Formats: sequence, C-alpha cells, structure tokens
Amino acid sequence: MSAKDISRSDVEDFLYDEAALLDEWRLDEWLKLLTDDAIYQIPSTDAPDSDARNALFLIADDATRIKARVKRLNDTEAHAESPRSRTRRMIANVRITERDGDTLAVSANFSVYRYRRNSPLRHFVGRYEFRLRVTDKGLRIAERRVILDPTELGTLGAISFIL
Amino acid sequence: MTDSPFIIDQPEDMVFRLNRRTLADPEILTREQTEIFDKSWIYCGHESEVSKPGDFCTRDVCGRPVIFSRDSAGDVRVFLNACRHRAAMVCREPCGNTRRYNCFYHGWSYNQDGELVGVPGEDSYPPGFDKANFSLAEPPRVDSYRGFWFISFNPDIKDLKEYLAGATEYIDLVADQSPSGEMQVIQGTQEYDIRANWKLLVENSFDDYHLLTTHKTWLDYMKDSGVQVEPPKGQGLLLPSKGIGKGLGNGHAVIDNINFRGRPVARWISIYGEDAKEEIEDIRTELVERLGEKRAARVADTNRNLVVFPNLVINDGSSVTIRTFWPVAADHMKVTAWALGTKEESVRARARRLDSFLTFYGPGGFATPDDVEALEAVQAGLATWREVEWSEMTRGLNKEGEQLNTDEEHLRAFWREWNALMTVDA
Ligand code: FES
Ligand SMILES: [Fe+2]
Repeated sequence: MSAKDISRSDVEDFLYDEAALLDEWRLDEWLKLLTDDAIYQIPSTDAPDSDARNALFLIADDATRIKARVKRLNDTEAHAESPRSRTRRMIANVRITERDGDTLAVSANFSVYRYRRNSPLRHFVGRYEFRLRVTDKGLRIAERRVILDPTELGTLGAISFIL
Repeated sequence: MTDSPFIIDQPEDMVFRLNRRTLADPEILTREQTEIFDKSWIYCGHESEVSKPGDFCTRDVCGRPVIFSRDSAGDVRVFLNACRHRAAMVCREPCGNTRRYNCFYHGWSYNQDGELVGVPGEDSYPPGFDKANFSLAEPPRVDSYRGFWFISFNPDIKDLKEYLAGATEYIDLVADQSPSGEMQVIQGTQEYDIRANWKLLVENSFDDYHLLTTHKTWLDYMKDSGVQVEPPKGQGLLLPSKGIGKGLGNGHAVIDNINFRGRPVARWISIYGEDAKEEIEDIRTELVERLGEKRAARVADTNRNLVVFPNLVINDGSSVTIRTFWPVAADHMKVTAWALGTKEESVRARARRLDSFLTFYGPGGFATPDDVEALEAVQAGLATWREVEWSEMTRGLNKEGEQLNTDEEHLRAFWREWNALMTVDA
C-alpha cells in the first residue's frame, strides 16, 4: 500500500479514532498511532508558520518527549490535569493536500472543548497539519502540528492536555 | 479601606504575615494602579525587537497602549498609541516596519518620529492650529539598561539604573552571555492568562519551595533523562543543589542557585544529546577567555530567577525567559513571555536553547501548567480572605545572614516594598 491507495474517508476514520483515544484519555494506545520518529508541535499564536528551530513554540516534542509527556499526564501529580479535564474534539474539513510515496499530508479543522471543575469552558479552535505514513499496520502519525486560530492563548490558559 | 495592615513585619518576634485581602480585594487593585504601577519603572520591550528605523511593536504597558519603536535617527522611542485628534489607536498591527503611523479614522498621519505630518482638510482648522503641537505623546520617562527598555508614568522617579539597584548585577549576568553583550528576543510570543492575582506570579516565579511537590513530574522527567535530582545529604537542602534567596533593594529580589538542570550557556546535560557536548564546551571556552574563569563560572554555573519590581521576571535557567504580566482584575492577569538568546549563537545552539526552554517553561511545558494550576487553586482559596485573614511567610526568618532559595526572604523583600508604596499616604 502507498499513499495513493488511501482515500479521504480512510483518513477521516483514522482521525476520528485518534480523537476518541485522546478524549477517552487512552494515551498509551494513542502513542501506538505514532511513528518512532514522530513530532508533535504547537507554534506560538503570533508565529503560526514558523520553525521550532528558530522560533519559540508552545510545544515542540520529538518522539522521546511525546512519551515523556504521556508519562507525565498518566501521573496523578500532573496537577493541571489531575483531576483530568473532559475534552470533546470535533474534526472537520479533512483534506489530503499531498501524497508522496508512503506519506500523506493532511489538513483538518478542529474545535476542541475542554471542561473542568472550577474552570470555565475553554474552547480551542484551529487546524491540524498531519503527516501520515502508510505502514503495514495501517496509517501512523509522523508529524502532528496544531495551529491555533486565537491571536493569543489568553483565557485558554495553559495547554495541559494533548490538543 | 479597613485598618487591618497589609503585612505584619516583626522579625524580632519571628512574625511575617501577609493579609490575604491584598490578593483578592478589587479595591487593592485600584490603589495599585496609582501607587505601584504608575509610580514604578515598567518593562516595555527589548531593543532587539525593533532593530531598524521604522520597526515597531504595539503592546499594552502599564495599562496603556504603546508603540515601542525605532525612529528615523535609529533611536528607540515609545509613543502612546492614541491619535492626537480623537484618541483612536494609530497602529493596530502587532509588529512591523512602517514609514508612517496612519490613523484611519479621519486620516491624520504621523512619521517615525511621532510628528504629525498629514491632516486631511487642514485649511478648515482655525488660525493658530499648528501640527507641531500634535505629535504623538510619549511617556514622561523612558530609559534602558543593557537593552531592556522601561517606561514610567512617574515624571519624578529616580533614574532607571538607581531604581534597578542590585538587579543590575543579575541583568549583567544575562547580557554577559553574549560575546558582544547583545541579546536577542526570539520570534514567537507566549501570551496566556492566569485566573489569579498578579502578585501570586511574582511569588511563584522565584518560589523554589514549591518545586518538589508542584513540579514532581518535571523532576521525574529530568531524572528519567539522566539528570541527578536527589538533594545532597546533610545540608538541609530540599533541592538537588544549593541556592540562596535575597532582596536586591527597591523591591527587586532574586534566587541564585547552583545549576543542576543544564544551561545552554554553558553546562551540558544528557537531554542536550552527546553531539551538543563539544559546542557547549566551545561556548564555555569563549566565556572564560572573555570574562575570566571566575566570572565565566558565575555566568555559566548558576541559575537565577530575578524579579524586577513590580512585574518583570527574568529567569535564567533551562533557558532565558523574559516574562511580564498585567492585572486585568484582582483575580486575573495576562502573562507575556519571550525567549532571549545570544545574538551570536549558531543555528544549532539556538535550536537547543528553544528546546530546553520548552522542557520547563510555557503554557505547554512540563512545569508551567502546574504553576498555573497552583496559582488558580490559591486564588480560589483566597475567597475565604474575610474568614482567614493571614498568610504565613516566615521561612528562614530565624536565620542570621544568608537564606536559602527555599526560604522566603526574597518574597518578603518584594512585599515590604509593595507595602511601603501602598501605605505611603496613609
Ligand atoms: S481620531 Fe485619528 S484622525 Fe481622528
Ligand atoms: Fe513553578
């Protein structure tokens, strides 16, 4: 299988499954959707198109750091997520923007609601830019870039969960 | 206001208490605007953000919209971002370079030096109307120290250098990392709110007492990465290395710690990777050649969290961050944070600095979200300020001389100055 055999609905199924794992806090299972060299990035809101090597990001994890992030979030002493927030992800406008060998570039809009006791509703809106790799186990995430629409995080506060 | 004092400061009786109302009552914030912020030097920006004539950044400083800019002669200028006609903001872009600040409302325009140069239909103004009287206004005082620019709305304030007092030593330790003395604010700004009183972030920014419990998962991450995080035995320390806390005069204060967590300039730890070892050694060698062994060690082997009274924090640890914050309500602040690097650092060194920044700092880091959570938990608890009036702040008060970073002398230094300014007319 190569990227040209993957349809938009295959990608949608994959992204919906990923969203469900994250909303259900099944983070160890979510890790299995990532390639060994995966990256997870959120640029600062005033430099959405920048490169993490020369701009300050909000999150710029390599595969090792993603695992460390999940380990941290699985610990009840990750106080910002203990007790955990409830999240609900809506994913839409999924587009395959590029196919190259075994790799697909995918763009999708998101609307993520975060609810937590003692906190107001926090509504994160933006788009995902994925690089998905076709493997013999199915699609895997090689790159997961989250581009926020708000011009500042402002009342969204911290990004303590996996957005 | 009630008669109950803001602080009870009786070191001879081992008493230092903070009235919780100072962190919760909107009346206090109203008074802070005039007695603290309008009387102090307030951080505005770093010279590297406006490097060429016509460069500008717009931001809110001390509750006013300002244009931080460089004029046609190449000097840093700060303008109040309000048209002299009817007050509309003349610049609404966050940052950029411009020849003119054009007010779109009725079309007045100003040059890079703030002079009014264009007025549509000027002939309808009565005789005596002179454009020279309508330049963009500037704060009464503007001054800089080693690239850090401050403004003050207090025309009578002492000069910046005198105001900074002992804080200059700690700003020097940051600026001296650069071979040319020039540091650069790096692209990408972290702007996030915390639903807590602004003074809680002052305290938190250099409160090392909370590290073990609030940041347990960060310490675990450091440990998993091969960093030694056990405190040395027999010295009464809570943390892996010794640090001290102290006031620096005029309400500024610092914690000054022996590094254990790695430093881009210049102390390698395993998180940076084997291939970074050599370059970090080279950075250190340059420091030693330029500053001598002793001063190089001071720059490279200590982590320092500095509070410049009232609302500027410069943390020089896993990376250098400039952080400032502004209260929008007694229980709500807006935080802005930047990363600062040396002008000369290589592409790889810059990337390493930024990576190191994110392990700890920022709203997506492994530590800051838990600080935000802590501060919001404090603010929620503070709703009981009428029932439980006092907070305890006596750690280290019985010690003669030096106090630890996990003591509270540096916090008391901030609060004493705050109290002095807030009670000056009482
Ligand atoms: S308010 Fe600026 S031109 Fe009228
Ligand atoms: Fe902290």
